[in-house]
Amino acid sequence: MIGIEEFMSRLRYSQVTPKSEYLNRRRFLAGALGATALAHAGAKLSGVTKSPLSTTEPVSAFEVITGYNNYYEFGTGKGDPSKNAQKFVVDAWMLSIEGEVSKPKTLDLDGIMKIAPLEERIYRHRCVERWSIVVPWIGFSLSTLLKQVEPTSKAKYVAFQSYYDPKQMPEGKYAGIRLPYVEGLRIDEAMHPLAMLVVGLYGEVLPNQNGAPLRLAVPWKYGFKSIKSIVKIKLVEKEPPTTWNLANAHEYGFYSNVNPEVDHPRWSQAKERRLPAIGMRPTLKFNGYEDQVASLYTGMDLKKYY
Amino acid sequence: MLTHGGSTRMNKIRWTKVFVFALCLVPFLLLVRDWRNDALGPNPVEKITHTTGDWTIYLLLITLTVTPLRKLFKVPSLIRFRRMLGLFAFFYGCLHLMTYVGLDQSFDWPALWKDVYKRPFVTAGFAAWLLMVPLALTSTAWSIRKLGGKRWQRLHRLIYFSALGGVIHYYWLVKSDVRRPLLYGAILLVLMLYRGVIWLRPKTPRPSAP
Repeated sequence: MIGIEEFMSRLRYSQVTPKSEYLNRRRFLAGALGATALAHAGAKLSGVTKSPLSTTEPVSAFEVITGYNNYYEFGTGKGDPSKNAQKFVVDAWMLSIEGEVSKPKTLDLDGIMKIAPLEERIYRHRCVERWSIVVPWIGFSLSTLLKQVEPTSKAKYVAFQSYYDPKQMPEGKYAGIRLPYVEGLRIDEAMHPLAMLVVGLYGEVLPNQNGAPLRLAVPWKYGFKSIKSIVKIKLVEKEPPTTWNLANAHEYGFYSNVNPEVDHPRWSQAKERRLPAIGMRPTLKFNGYEDQVASLYTGMDLKKYY
Repeated sequence: MLTHGGSTRMNKIRWTKVFVFALCLVPFLLLVRDWRNDALGPNPVEKITHTTGDWTIYLLLITLTVTPLRKLFKVPSLIRFRRMLGLFAFFYGCLHLMTYVGLDQSFDWPALWKDVYKRPFVTAGFAAWLLMVPLALTSTAWSIRKLGGKRWQRLHRLIYFSALGGVIHYYWLVKSDVRRPLLYGAILLVLMLYRGVIWLRPKTPRPSAP
């Protein structure tokens, strides 16, 4: 019940405040607070080029993308993150890239925004819970950053870790999963051009509830692989632990590629609901990115490595 | 005087019944309103499924609270609301099931049957609904007469298992945050413990309601 009330009030808010005026106010604030404040959620991102990797499917509404989130650090309800993440402070962000690399580095918020030229990529995003959206992410290929730190020959996997601060994320203790959230990719998956580091969406700096200031988007895998609010990227030799696999290994595997032929134990993955639609549509293998990524898994039994 | 007082009391109960009936309809009417206004949020089907499911379990638990309340606080007239509350639990249960069958699965019967036997949380939910069917069908005064009070009462103890099925259905459904299903389970446990205590106590000549 609560979710709907909020959703409606948000709609009403956007109706009474013209977007341009809202953005102007943001810019004014940003100017008053100095350059780093420009990276605050909602600020417009400039110099973004359109990527040829984009799908031509219709983009989901901003209200859907930013009002329906799985971000358990801010609550397990879909409407919780948009409500509870608003006061989340990302100003002093530090990202460390370490492990099996020749040139480890740490980046602050400014450094993160300058890793690579920003591109808008419209990707399908398929959640393991059978819903999907189409998101105009802004960011760059993860491989760009990985190449900068020069992985050694021992770098077989990439491990990611989210920020977790029980003080800023009091709901996290009821998440029922171990935090901080961790995820991982095989190095060839991480180096694939589709694997993306995201700093924005819909032309704006990434909203807090979507994983500000930096998140992953791996469009051929279920959404929980696309870890939010990353503080650590570590290149490692062994397959790293991943949060949902630790919580329930039987239901969530390391690979978690979108696959209509491999059911989740508690529901079929054959179909999905493109929000906010009522009806379902067939789910595509690798979420429709089969041509680009299937070769990563040649000879692998995808039922076994789910 | 006596008749007059009695009819005022009857009137009061009648109006309270109308009020409770209207109250039970509110969640349904809100859903209808939001559906018409296209205001069900980013995932309308999930919203309808969750709301109807929540109210099924709320009303099952409320129905099971009637007997303890009327005995503990000595308000026997509460019994007059029990049938209506139980039927509303069934009403929301039916809406919940129809949402799943029609809106969620688009009447894909093979997929549905696969779901019911393959996925324990669906099995539990379906069983919980199925257990409510005979109770709804025998909710009339005629049925009580026909079956006889004792047998009717025994049959209507199925509600315990329906509520348990509902709680298990919810518990098996959630991904990790089990606070709410555990809360409903705890409430059900308290309501059942009350019945257990009554049952274990030396029998009094007064018949006890389920």
